[in-house]
Amino acid sequence: MGMTITEKIMAKSAGKKNISIGESIWLNVDTLMTHDVCGPPVIGIWKNEFGEKAKIWNKDKLVIFPDHYIFTANKHANRNVDILRQFAKENDVDNYYDVGTDRYKGVCHVALAEEGYNVPGNVLIGTDSNTCTSGAFGMFATGVGNTDGAFIMGTGKIWEKVPESMKFTFNGELPEYLTAKDLILTILGDITTDGATYRAMEFDGSGVFSLNMDERMTLTNMAIEAGGMNGIIAADSVTEEYVKSKGITDYEIFNSDNDAIYHSKYNYDVSKLEPVVAKPHSPDNKDTVRNVAGTKLTKCYIGSCTGGKLSDFKMAAKILIGNKVKIPTFIVPASTQVAKELAEETIDGVSLIDIFKNSGCDIGQSSCAACLGGPDDTFGRSVDKDVVISTTNRNFPGRMGSKKSEVYLASPLTVAASAINGVITDPRDFL
Amino acid sequence: MENIIKGKAFVLGDNIHTDQIIPAEHLVYSLTDEEESKKYGHFALSSVPIEKSGLPNGGIKFIEGDNYISEYKIIIGGSNFGCGSSREHAPFALQKAGVLAIVAESYARIFYRNSVDGGFLVPLETPEKLNNLVSTGDEIEIDLSTYFLTNKTTDKTYTLNNLGNVLPIVEAGGIFDYARKNNMI
Repeated sequence: MGMTITEKIMAKSAGKKNISIGESIWLNVDTLMTHDVCGPPVIGIWKNEFGEKAKIWNKDKLVIFPDHYIFTANKHANRNVDILRQFAKENDVDNYYDVGTDRYKGVCHVALAEEGYNVPGNVLIGTDSNTCTSGAFGMFATGVGNTDGAFIMGTGKIWEKVPESMKFTFNGELPEYLTAKDLILTILGDITTDGATYRAMEFDGSGVFSLNMDERMTLTNMAIEAGGMNGIIAADSVTEEYVKSKGITDYEIFNSDNDAIYHSKYNYDVSKLEPVVAKPHSPDNKDTVRNVAGTKLTKCYIGSCTGGKLSDFKMAAKILIGNKVKIPTFIVPASTQVAKELAEETIDGVSLIDIFKNSGCDIGQSSCAACLGGPDDTFGRSVDKDVVISTTNRNFPGRMGSKKSEVYLASPLTVAASAINGVITDPRDFL
Repeated sequence: MENIIKGKAFVLGDNIHTDQIIPAEHLVYSLTDEEESKKYGHFALSSVPIEKSGLPNGGIKFIEGDNYISEYKIIIGGSNFGCGSSREHAPFALQKAGVLAIVAESYARIFYRNSVDGGFLVPLETPEKLNNLVSTGDEIEIDLSTYFLTNKTTDKTYTLNNLGNVLPIVEAGGIFDYARKNNMI
């Protein structure tokens, strides 16, 4: 019987030839990632449970990116970064990317790719639900809590139930007005926020393989929004080129067998899809941009692991160039590398950063920033009854700050077009 | 693990997400400092819209005033309980508030794992939705040896799904105790 890509990677990691759906198996973890919100409690549990004997199972496989609450005066938040710094020093954790140094990166899921931790065929576990992002590299990647994180830190192991897989195939090449965000919001509308609970979401088809790595990461990033255990895209030449550029030569490419068993299969013709939004207050509350066009907004936000990568900003800049924004528009490059690239990349000879500045956007420093609200002084945080359109991944009540605010999730193209008009706007009006 | 879990029910709807269970702005408190960690109990379920807090009528606060312990020990939810972020602060906050068990039709994976592996509370699944059959304040008794839930207030009994693969971890009180018991660590 055939196996899916997820089953093959899990079997390899467990050292088993055959595994069956629903079976609990112990995986050997290749990389453990944590950050400033979950890192301190992971460290606390690890110290408490292992006591005097506490030892990191393999310190080269532990990666720590402070990224959530960085540019804030909140003393509790700053204390969390202090705990990480102290821990890294005491335990010689080389893969710690400290705030206030040249090593600081920003949003973990984007930094993992940039720093070469995403390796096809590997198992990567992070104490963050959007860790599924790394599945864009043909690897098994999923999020866990603090206790599981602490357990892995001491043992390098985690138990997982082998998931059923769902397959989402996008055929055709994406038209200029369509992005990976539209594809994943379309899926969410179709299967809802628990449509993939405990399952693997596998993305396939010419539409998916025509995407660059940034866009593939936007797709896998939001697998968790459907409850998925992981999102995964088999590695191809685009993936190989990317990982080789990071100096990675030791990787293994897995593909699903033709006779693999799936829980369900969904097929989409991308030429028939439209730009969409998720309306307040759930990522599955899908509507077409055309249907909600004209909705009055108070803020626009372009940033986060799912919407603050270089390709997201290229798309936004393509629309914003030569235009002025009508409402406050916040630009938050996910990582310091993305921030650097904004100054280097140009459209018609103008750098992306200048395009944003000239159009009246506010530029923030690389971090998670207002994607998850954060302390009161967080850049771009929603206040009072703000109506926000955002490239982020969640729009639950209070997610971006104020519990009274409303958040629409959309592609960078749609957010940029909406920023110019101050109301939700179909990007096709500007393309 | 106690076989009998008793307490008052607090009833919630579907898709209760971790931002509702413990809003992100509160994730900065220490989980190990006894005094500071009480804040998690105090803010537990604080972002559930008030009209949906304590069904069927809503309008019931899970935590009253300055307390950090709730009078409700059993949460009755619907489908996809605990969806959203991976924050383990969510089951921790509920445990801090005195919750012993959650009964829901289904859970988001990470919340379920965190509840079991951290030994915070027992997440039980039901074959049918109970959040429209139980009212907030009803006296509930759960028997884990038979997987029956009895609503003492209405005198009705319902079946729970058995804990399956995770039973040994729940019995051990979490993943570390399970691993010690099995000489893994």
